[in-house]
Amino acid sequence: MELLHFNAARCDLCGECIKKCPFSALSMGEEGIEVNAACRMCGVCVKSCPQEAIRFEQKAGTVDKKEWKDILIYAEQENGQIHPVVYELIGEAKKLAENVGYKVHAVLVGDEGTKENAKKLIPYGVERIFVYEHAGFCGFKADCYTDALADCISTLKPSVVLVGATSTGRSLAPRLSTRFHTGLTADCTKLMMKENTDLVQIRPAFGGNVMAQILITNSRPQFATVRYKVMDKAKKVQNPVGRIEICPVSDELVKSAITVQKIQPIEHKRSIEEEDVLVVAGRGVTSDQDMEILCELTKELGGQLCFTRPMVEEGYGDTAHQIGLSGRTVKPKLILTFGVSGAIQFTACMNSAECIVSINNDPGAQIFDIAHYCINGDVSEIAPALLKQVKKAKEEQPDAISL
Amino acid sequence: MKIIVCIKQVPSSSEVEIDPENGTLKRSGSESKTNPYDLFALEAALRIRNQVGGTVTALTMGPDQAEEMMRDAYMMGADDAVILSDKKFAGSDVLATSYTLAQGIRVLEGADLIICGKQTTDGDTAQIGPAIAEHLGIPHAAWVSEITEVTDSQISVRQDLTHVFQISRMEYPCLITVEKDSNVPRLPSYKLRKETEKKEVRILHFDALPDKNLSRYGLIGSPTTVERIFAPEKMGSRQWIEGTAMEQAEKLTELFVKKKFI
Repeated sequence: MELLHFNAARCDLCGECIKKCPFSALSMGEEGIEVNAACRMCGVCVKSCPQEAIRFEQKAGTVDKKEWKDILIYAEQENGQIHPVVYELIGEAKKLAENVGYKVHAVLVGDEGTKENAKKLIPYGVERIFVYEHAGFCGFKADCYTDALADCISTLKPSVVLVGATSTGRSLAPRLSTRFHTGLTADCTKLMMKENTDLVQIRPAFGGNVMAQILITNSRPQFATVRYKVMDKAKKVQNPVGRIEICPVSDELVKSAITVQKIQPIEHKRSIEEEDVLVVAGRGVTSDQDMEILCELTKELGGQLCFTRPMVEEGYGDTAHQIGLSGRTVKPKLILTFGVSGAIQFTACMNSAECIVSINNDPGAQIFDIAHYCINGDVSEIAPALLKQVKKAKEEQPDAISL
Repeated sequence: MKIIVCIKQVPSSSEVEIDPENGTLKRSGSESKTNPYDLFALEAALRIRNQVGGTVTALTMGPDQAEEMMRDAYMMGADDAVILSDKKFAGSDVLATSYTLAQGIRVLEGADLIICGKQTTDGDTAQIGPAIAEHLGIPHAAWVSEITEVTDSQISVRQDLTHVFQISRMEYPCLITVEKDSNVPRLPSYKLRKETEKKEVRILHFDALPDKNLSRYGLIGSPTTVERIFAPEKMGSRQWIEGTAMEQAEKLTELFVKKKFI
């Protein structure tokens, strides 16, 4: 890997990078600074060069696929907790790994408590768990988090790196795939492993009207981000053999151009992902009166009213109440859709609901392809009728508690 | 203070053709518009310019037809508009696109602040911004919901993560991607339209970029390949609930009771 680029015109051979390199990967050669195979792309030299003569320069071309094996999961932490998507990534990775005899590893980056969190992954059959713990990793800083993960990736050489499609995951993954000059597929809804270790990545593409099957055939690692609640959670294994590996973190590695000034919990309102019952209004809901009835119905059923993307763009609700690829992915026990046509970027984010009930006046609407219970009718007729029936049913069971 | 805003022309509707031979999108013939998320980026840039002074350059990679979008950028108040256009850029994925844009930024001699929209409405990947920052070796903050403070040397931004929000400060040069609704984009102005009518939209071709290594651009420079494109599968067994509206509602309610939703 020739990944570091020295600008000979700028370099004054001061040797600062050689001194700072934690891995003794740099030396004074005949024609300037030379990099050897010990380089882990941590970026310390890039940061420490007084002349700014060093930068990452990825080299295009093919790699030896055999050198890159196993699957690495980025185990994201937020506010001292492991993000639940991590367990789903482990579950998916183990399925993929089985086909080709790979192992599943994980990496955590964070401040105090990271090592403790790392232990929580052992029961799920993760083999090696790399921990980068340092007070400097407090808060999320895209630059030094990327450096730490690049350090791990270049040591381990994984064939596949899976990252949760959270706001931080989607911030890190493109930086990493760029640094390794490789491909990244966002928001995969399905992954499959080929025998030749190429990862088949499937995602809804272009307005969601089609599915695209994407491959990264000539470079490694293969990066993919996966949304929360898309894959199945890992199960605990018997006799787990995983081990924690504490990775050295130098002050240079945590050096960041980003200063975190404040971290505060977002005032907790129950998010739509946490609800058991959701009612969704789509473009077929055309009057304010119908919208009010849906609000009331939602209240009766004890859930939240959500919207499709066009509705949010028209000003109904915020993105926190938008279901779809550019909004939230939900997996409630019951979802009731009113006047939703059912474009794939919507259905991909709710089709794992336990019970889908759809009301639409077009019997050919795509939503009916995924609904369990279909009602062909007008929202303005069905909604008030349903509200009346639900109220009646609740009166008949005074002790019932809605979910 | 020099601000570059990366914007993209996207098809107005999601009905597009796909080239069956190489799996890339066929853009010709369909109506285009500015990616709606980029309007928030442009607006953020114009507001910062108002506050601390400087210039706003709109930059895009796309066909020459992107000039139409650049005219709109002028009408909103951009000072300069540059299109990176070349057949060699065709078929670019995230890596090649972000590299080309980063090269374009180098031709423009860099910027203090680069602003991108959070994602596009066609690709929907939200990867270009962070990837550009990596190519340029500068810090970035993605999904900025609010610019809390801005001076001519640094910027503080708010990012909403899953359960917490974070306010962080970066010195220039840096890159941010802004959330939808982080501001209200202004409408194109008739006055500016008149004023900028004759203003040139610069088009830079491959020859103008510093790195002439063809393996970094277009289809060749793209590590991801679209192997096939197919229609989403239909799934699940379905049951129709028939009758009058009231009968349908009654049957559905019975079902809710049976399944313990009520």
